[in-house]
Amino acid sequence: MEEAIYLLEALNVVKVFGTLRANDDVTLKIKPGEIHAFLGENGAGKSTLVKMIYGALQPTSGEFHWQGKPVVIPNPSAARKLGIGMVFQHFSLFEALTVAENIALAMPGDFDMAALSEKIARVSKEYGLPLRPRAIVADLSVGERQRIEIVRCLLQEPKLLIMDEPTAVLTPQEADQLFVVLRRLAEEGCAVVYISHRLEEVKHLCHNATILRHGKVVANVDPTRETAASLAKLMVGGDIHVVHTPRSQKAGPARLSLKDLSLPAEGQFSVALKNISLDVKGGEVVAIAGVAGNGQSELFDAISGERTLADAGMLSIDGRPQGTVGVNARRRAGAAFVPEERLGHGAVPAFRLSENVVLTRHSSDASLVKSGLLQKSGAGDVSERVIKTYDVRMGKVDPEARALSGGNLQKFVVGRELDREPGILVVNQPTWGVDAGASATIRQAIIDLSRQGSAVLVISQDLDEIFEIADRIAVISRGELSDAHPAGELSLQQIGLLMAGAHEKKEGVRHAAVA
Amino acid sequence: MRLLLEKRSEHSQLMTVISPLIAVALTLVTGGFMFLAMGLNPFEALYVYFLEPLKFFWTFAAEDFWPLEQLAVKAAPLVLIGAGLAVAYSANVWNIGAEGQLTAGAILGAVVPVYFTDWQSPLTLIAMLALGAIGGMLWAAIPAFLKNRFGASEILTSLMLVYVSQLLLDWLVRGPWRDPAGHNFPQTVAFADWQVLPVFGESSLHLGVLLAVIAAAALAFMMARTLKGFEIKTLGVSPRAGRFAGFSRAGSVWFCLLLSGGLAGLAGIAEVMNTVGQLQPKISPGYGFTAIIVAFLGRLNPLGTLIAGLALAISYLGGEAAQVSLGVSDKSARVFQGILLFYVLACDTMILYRPKFVMDRPALAEKPT
Amino acid sequence: MSELLAIVLTIITASTPLLLAAIGELVVERSGVLNLGVEGMMAIGAVCGFGAALASGSPYLGILAAMAAGAALSLLFAFLTVTLVSNQVATGLALTLLGLGLSGLIGESFVGQPGVKLERLHIPGLSDIPYLGPILFGQDLLVYAALAITAAVAYLLFRSKLGLVIRAVGDSHQSAHALGYGVIPVRYACVVFGGTCAGLAGGYLSLAYTPQWIENMTAGRGWIALALVVFGSWLPWRVALGAYLFGTVMILGFAVQTKGLGIPPQFLSSLPYLVTIVALVVISGNRALTRANTPACLGQPFVPDR
Repeated sequence: MEEAIYLLEALNVVKVFGTLRANDDVTLKIKPGEIHAFLGENGAGKSTLVKMIYGALQPTSGEFHWQGKPVVIPNPSAARKLGIGMVFQHFSLFEALTVAENIALAMPGDFDMAALSEKIARVSKEYGLPLRPRAIVADLSVGERQRIEIVRCLLQEPKLLIMDEPTAVLTPQEADQLFVVLRRLAEEGCAVVYISHRLEEVKHLCHNATILRHGKVVANVDPTRETAASLAKLMVGGDIHVVHTPRSQKAGPARLSLKDLSLPAEGQFSVALKNISLDVKGGEVVAIAGVAGNGQSELFDAISGERTLADAGMLSIDGRPQGTVGVNARRRAGAAFVPEERLGHGAVPAFRLSENVVLTRHSSDASLVKSGLLQKSGAGDVSERVIKTYDVRMGKVDPEARALSGGNLQKFVVGRELDREPGILVVNQPTWGVDAGASATIRQAIIDLSRQGSAVLVISQDLDEIFEIADRIAVISRGELSDAHPAGELSLQQIGLLMAGAHEKKEGVRHAAVA
Repeated sequence: MRLLLEKRSEHSQLMTVISPLIAVALTLVTGGFMFLAMGLNPFEALYVYFLEPLKFFWTFAAEDFWPLEQLAVKAAPLVLIGAGLAVAYSANVWNIGAEGQLTAGAILGAVVPVYFTDWQSPLTLIAMLALGAIGGMLWAAIPAFLKNRFGASEILTSLMLVYVSQLLLDWLVRGPWRDPAGHNFPQTVAFADWQVLPVFGESSLHLGVLLAVIAAAALAFMMARTLKGFEIKTLGVSPRAGRFAGFSRAGSVWFCLLLSGGLAGLAGIAEVMNTVGQLQPKISPGYGFTAIIVAFLGRLNPLGTLIAGLALAISYLGGEAAQVSLGVSDKSARVFQGILLFYVLACDTMILYRPKFVMDRPALAEKPT
Repeated sequence: MSELLAIVLTIITASTPLLLAAIGELVVERSGVLNLGVEGMMAIGAVCGFGAALASGSPYLGILAAMAAGAALSLLFAFLTVTLVSNQVATGLALTLLGLGLSGLIGESFVGQPGVKLERLHIPGLSDIPYLGPILFGQDLLVYAALAITAAVAYLLFRSKLGLVIRAVGDSHQSAHALGYGVIPVRYACVVFGGTCAGLAGGYLSLAYTPQWIENMTAGRGWIALALVVFGSWLPWRVALGAYLFGTVMILGFAVQTKGLGIPPQFLSSLPYLVTIVALVVISGNRALTRANTPACLGQPFVPDR
C-alpha cells in the first residue's frame, strides 16, 4: 500500500444551489505541512468549497479523499474527528461566557473544566497566543478573540487548519505573529488552507495557491513565483478598472472640523473617544485607517449626530459649531452619512427603495415631505434617479431593500447620499462585502464628489482601498486619532505601528477625557 | 424529514391578505370540534354563534337589524382600542395594559356625574369624553415614563397597572363614590340623560361607534401617508435605522402609549356612558385584552381593525346567544378569541417564510457520467 | 407569637407558586425564549389540577395533571415560536388569553366545590420542635420541591454541559447552531420545562394554597413571576430570594388588613402589583447589571442560516 502523498484531495467537486453552480468541477490537492492559499473574489466559491471540507455542506457530486482514501464528511464533528479545524472569519463566540466555556462548547465529548482550563493556558502560551481561561469573551479585543478560535483548533491537534481571512481584523504586527504560528504548524506537519484576498501576504506566506473564479479552478500556482499583479489578474480575469485619482489641486478651507472631540463609552463593550482632532478640507478625501473595534463606529455615530457631544465646538460643519445638534440638523447643514451596516442601519430591509430614500432625506429634501405628509411621487423620482445613475441592478421595480445583492444595495445607499451633492460626506466601510465592480463604482463616485469641492471622510479597514482613494490618512487606535499624513508619505509599516497605538506625541496639554 | 423555513426575499402580498382568512377558517373548524366535545351539534352551534347575528344579510327583516346594531356597539370599543394598539405594536411598544387605561378613563370621566351632578350643558358630554381620554393617557404615561427613564418593560408595568386600576375602581364604587341612594350596592349615581352618549335616531348606535370609525380612519391615514407614520413603522422594524433617520425612540414610546392609552380611556368612558350609565366594579368584559387580538387580526393596520373588531364582536354576541339558546357557557367566547389569535400568529409565518419539507440529505450523490 | 408563626408559614406557602413559576421561566429565558404565557399556563394548571384531584380524590394526581396541562399548553407555544418562528411577545399573550379563557370554561362546574387539599408533612419529632419545626419540617411537599428545583436548576445551568449549552443558545443561537448544537430541541425542552413548572405552580394554588377553584385565582401571579426573573437577573437563588420577598409583601398586606387600621383593603391588595413595578424599575435602571445578565438572544426569532 503506497504512502499517501496528499493529505486532502478534492476531485471534480460540484456544488449547486438552485440554478447557481457555486463550485464547478473543482479539483485540487493539498500536501501535509503545506500552506495552501485559496484566492478569488467574493462569490468565486471559496467559502462554499471550504464549507464542504468542513462538513457544513455536502457536495452535489464529486469526492473528497483524505490521506489517500475516499471520505464522506457529513457534519462538522466528523470533520473534527478527521483532524480538520476551521477558524472562521466571523467568530462563533459566546460573549457572555468565559474563554474556557467557549472552547468547551466547541470540543466534543464530556468536559472537565479544570483540566481544560489548564490545557488552554498551557497550549496558548506555548504557541505565543496567551489566553486567560476565565476571562469573559465580551471583555476581549478582536485579536484576542481570534486567538480563542485558533487555540480551540490547536487543542484538537489538527492535521489541516482552515483560516478564513484571518488578518482582516489584525494589525500588521499581529498578522506577523500569526504567520509565525502558521509556519510552525506547517513545520510540524499540519497543512493550512489560507483564504485571503491580501495578495502580498499570500506571496509571503504560502507554498501553493489555487485560484477560483465563478466556481471554477482557473489556476494552481506557486505564489512565491508570481507578482501581486499577476495573481490579481488571474483572480479577476482581466484588467481591473483602475481608479482615477487625479492629483487634487490646492484644497479649500476645512469643511468638517473635529476639535478635541471626546465622548465617553456607552456601555461596557464600546470604546471611549479621546481628544480627536481632524480637519477635512473641501476637495480632498481623508481616510481613517484602523482595525475593527478601535472606535470607528463610535466616531461615526459622533460625527453623524446619532450621539451628540458635550460641547458644540467639538464638531463644526463649514465653520459652524454643530456638536450638540442631531443627525437631521447636520444633514440640513450639508452633511451626508453612510454607515457601516447597510441592512438595518443605512436602510430598512423590509422597506422599498423609494421608502428608504425618505429615511435619510425627509428633513433635508423638500420634495419628499410637505406639511408632514409623504410625497410618494417625489420619493419615487429620487429613487429612480439614484438607481439609474449608479447602475443599481434589481429584480423588479422598487423592490424591498433586502432583495438586492450587497453590492447593489451599497451602490444605492451611497448614491442616495451623493445624489444630494452634499458638501461633506462621511462613509464607514464603503465597500465591505461588495464585489469588485460595485466597489470600483463606489470609490470612483467618492473621489468625483471630492473633486467637485466636497470634503470626504472615509473610515475603512481595507488598507488597499485607503491607498487607492485617500489624499491623507490618519489612524484610529483605542479611541484616539493620530495626525493625518499625506498618503504618499506613509509606509505600511508606519501605519501598522500607528494602528497598534504608537501615536506620535501631540503638542500641548492633553485634556482629560470628558466624564 | 424536517420543516425548513426559507425566508422569502419579499413579504408575500397574497399571504398578507389571505392569512387572516385562513386563521378564521381554522378557528371555526377547531370551534366545531370543541362544540362536539361539549356534546353539541357542531354545525348548529357554529350557526348560532357566528351566523345568526348576521341573519339580516339574507332575511332583510327589520327585527334582524338589531343584532347588527349590537355588533357595531360591541365592536366600537374594540376598534377604538385596537386601532391605537395597532399603531403602538407597529412601533414595538407593547401596551398590554389597555384594560387598565380603559378603567382609568372611565374613572376620570365619571368625575363629572359624581361631582358635578347637575351641570347640564352641551359641554358636559365633551368634558366627560375628554376626561376619559386624559385619564387613559395619564395611566399610560406611567409605563412610558418608566420605560424611557429606567428601561422597565412596558409589558409588565402596564399590566400591573391593570390590577391597580381595577382595585382603585373597586374602592371608589364601594367607598367614597358610592351612591348614597343606591341601597348599598357598589355603584355610583346613575348618569343623567345628558351624561349619556347620544344615539342615532331610534337605533342603539351611539356616538362611540362614530368615534371608533373616525379613529380607525384617521390612524390609517396617519400610518400610510404621514411622516409620523413612517417614523413609527421604521422604529418598529429597524430601531437603528430609525435613529439614523433622526427619529427618537423615546419620543415614539410616549406617542404610542399616550395615543393608545387615550383611545382606551375614551373607550372606557364611552362604554360606561352607554351600557350601564354608572360606574360599577366591573365595567368591561375584557375589551382591553380582546383589543390586542383585534390589533393582530387586523394585521396591525388601523383599517384592518375595523373588520377584525366586527369579527371579534360576533364572538361576544354569539357567546351570549349560545348561552341563551344552547346553554353553552359564555366563557367559550374567550376561548374562541384565544384560539383565533394563535391561528393568526401561526398563519403569519407564511407571509415571511416559505415552508419546505426536506429529507435529510444522503451523504454523497452519484457523480453524473 | 403564634400569630407571627402563622404569618411566616403563610409567607412560605404564598411564595412557593411564585418561585415555581419563576424558576421555570428562568430556564426558558436562559435559552433565549420569552414566554409571556406564564399566567395562562398557571391558570390551566390550577383548573386541571383541581379537577383531577376532585375526580380521583388524590391531590397527587392533581399535581400530575397540573404539570401535564402546563406542559401541553407550553408545547403549543413552542411549536409556534420555535418551529414557526412567530412573534414571541404576541404568542405569549395569546397563550395567556387562551389559558385564562379555557380555565374559566373548564372550571365553571368547579366553582363552589370543596377541593382536595395537599396536606402538610408531619415528621414525628422534627415537626414538633417549637417554631422551627413547622417552618422547616412541616411544609407541604411542593414547598420542598420548589427549593429542590431551584437548587437543581442552579447546578444544571452552571455546572453541567447541558446548562452550558442552554446558556450558549440563549447568548448566540446562530453560533450554537454553527457549532452543531440543536437549538430547536434545546428550546423545546426548556419551554416544556417552564410550562411544567408553571402548571405545577397553578396546581399549588388550587390544591394547597386555597383548595378551591375560583375564576382568575392566579390574579396576576404569572406576570409577577416574569418580573421576578428580571428582578433576579436570571440567577436562580436571586429569583428565589425575590419570590420570598414578594410573598412577604403579599402576606403582610393581608395581615395589616385584618388589623382593621382603616387602610382600604383594595390598597393593600394592590401592594404586590405596585411593589412589582418598583422592583422592575430598580433593577432595570441599573443598566450595567441588566446588560451583563440578560440572555442576548432573548425574544429573537431563530431561523438557521443554511
